[in-house]
Amino acid sequence: MIPALLLLHAPTLVHLSAVDMVIIVLYFVLVLTIGFYLKGQAKTGEDFFMAGREMTAWIAGLSFLSANLGSLELMGWAGSAYQYGILAAHWYWIGAIPAMLFLALVMMPFYYISKTHSVPGYLKLRFGEPSRALSSISFAFMTVLMSGINMYSMALVLKVILGWNINFSILVSSITVAAYVALGGLRSAIFNEVLQFILIWAGALLIPILGLIEAGGFSGLKARIAVNASAEYTHLWSTLGHFSENPMGINWVGIVFGLGAVISMGYWTTDFLVVQRVLAAKDIRAAKMAPIIGAGFKMLVPFIVVLPGLLALAVLPFKLVGQDVAGSAGHSYNEVLPLMLARYCGPGLLGLGITALIAGFMSGMAGNVSAFTTVWTYDIYRALIKKNEDDRHYVRMGRWSTLAGVIISIVTAYFVMQFASIMDYVQAVFSFFMAPLFGTVILGMLWRRATPAGGFWGLLSGTLTSIGMWSWVKADPTALRYVALSPHAKAMAQDMFQALWSCSVCVIVTVLVSLVTKPKPDAELIGVVYGLTKIPQEEQVSLFRRPVFWAVVVGLAFVVVNIIFW
Amino acid sequence: MRSGSLSIWFFIGVSLLVNGALICGAGVYEWIYPPLDRVVLFNLHAPVWWGGVLFILGLIYCFYFSPTRERGGVAGAKNEWKSEG
Repeated sequence: MIPALLLLHAPTLVHLSAVDMVIIVLYFVLVLTIGFYLKGQAKTGEDFFMAGREMTAWIAGLSFLSANLGSLELMGWAGSAYQYGILAAHWYWIGAIPAMLFLALVMMPFYYISKTHSVPGYLKLRFGEPSRALSSISFAFMTVLMSGINMYSMALVLKVILGWNINFSILVSSITVAAYVALGGLRSAIFNEVLQFILIWAGALLIPILGLIEAGGFSGLKARIAVNASAEYTHLWSTLGHFSENPMGINWVGIVFGLGAVISMGYWTTDFLVVQRVLAAKDIRAAKMAPIIGAGFKMLVPFIVVLPGLLALAVLPFKLVGQDVAGSAGHSYNEVLPLMLARYCGPGLLGLGITALIAGFMSGMAGNVSAFTTVWTYDIYRALIKKNEDDRHYVRMGRWSTLAGVIISIVTAYFVMQFASIMDYVQAVFSFFMAPLFGTVILGMLWRRATPAGGFWGLLSGTLTSIGMWSWVKADPTALRYVALSPHAKAMAQDMFQALWSCSVCVIVTVLVSLVTKPKPDAELIGVVYGLTKIPQEEQVSLFRRPVFWAVVVGLAFVVVNIIFW
Repeated sequence: MRSGSLSIWFFIGVSLLVNGALICGAGVYEWIYPPLDRVVLFNLHAPVWWGGVLFILGLIYCFYFSPTRERGGVAGAKNEWKSEG
């Protein structure tokens, strides 16, 4: 996924002027200022790890989205849009919106009422310590590895785009993130993510605006793409009837059930990196509104990610190629955003665009580090190593584990530098846990008969299914035809069907084991299971302030955009 | 953030204000002294109007969420965006 590796020998894409440098330095100064300013407000565990649970819906919602809006994602999906066309938008629409609305309306009340500090913490309440231990240790381990990969990727991209020294980039970004997260805790991470969200839009929005002017509007864009590539590239659903009819080699079953029903549900509802932001909301209405606000903005993200990729297909005078053939002679798909930035943006705007990329990297890194800190302190250190210490002890541990998380990330970054292929493995391993975790959590919330043994064995078997299928295809690529049920399936289809199978196995095993093991008494399930939990009534507010109303509005908009680009 | 403290939206306002001024200024300079190596659609002078838009947005945010105004309670009561302590 971080294919910029082969770009090491490419010439520098852009050259910054003095005003660009001032804009970038100003960003770092502001980020650190916010960290120092909020230091005094992170004294208790609730302050440091949960931002005092006092975030408004807007702040929690924008931070929820920003933690996911890393630059690897921006650059990677812009490249995918160039490669696969508008199909890339599925990862922002059906691959996000239904899951975010489901989190808001169905799952958030349980997370919020249980007053858990984390998703593994919820598993402890529902299924017991073994499930929490399995989930928290794997999450903490993978999170710092991902943070290191993020750090290395940022340094590599800055080297390719600007010619900056890799060591300098890693050092500056890691010290900055460590400083503002260790000082202000989750509150500082969240506030900086909101700032980063605004800067990402301010820096990236001009590309599609100017691109559409150059291409002659959306109809001009479609006409040019039909000539330069194929008319299929601008259709969202009509080419998904069969694996061989679209550039991605996938069908609608993989997109709807694999991506929409399993992968996105798993990511948006159980990945603590994003859920932590919503848990910091000040009340249950804000906790429900936050993912809905995030969903509204998520639906707009293709405008600054997918559209530039499509515009590049229409207006660039040369062809981009895959990483395996890109070298000093050409540019790869993943350089779409910087290339479009350099095409339209002169001094000043270029600095803001680069700041947007750096902000995206740092929000992703800080999200990983702050989630690691909470899971380490509450679900591993306090649960398994040192129980019953006072609150100040755990805050101190939180600060130290922030620094430790950053140091492990730096070590990972240099390790990845030596063994580049490890990146693909780590990212694959991370995906192993996501789909079965969703099966476990959703069964735990909605089915009171699910037992602790069922939850643990379901989670384990689902994860092993994922690992088994991935290893099978790795050893024998032709096995993909069995995993995805088609000889025409391509790599993207593997992830979707692998997730679908692993979630199915998790659910089946959880149900079977639960039916033959002893369930928890109902009294222990109050507050964590649907049917046994009294959902508190929201305050009486007008229709326009009700989460359900806005969920319906976002849901309708989701249907409309899918029909428009059918 | 507790009552009386700076809102995150004030910081965002400062960022937009300064970035907007710098970008707009760079755009005006380029308009007066056009470079030889020009970007595509240079004739639209995007830095001037985009920088201007950011500057005005920043100005509005700085004014609406300014510490003196918040201390006076003018914006505080309506401040949906700001976390309450």
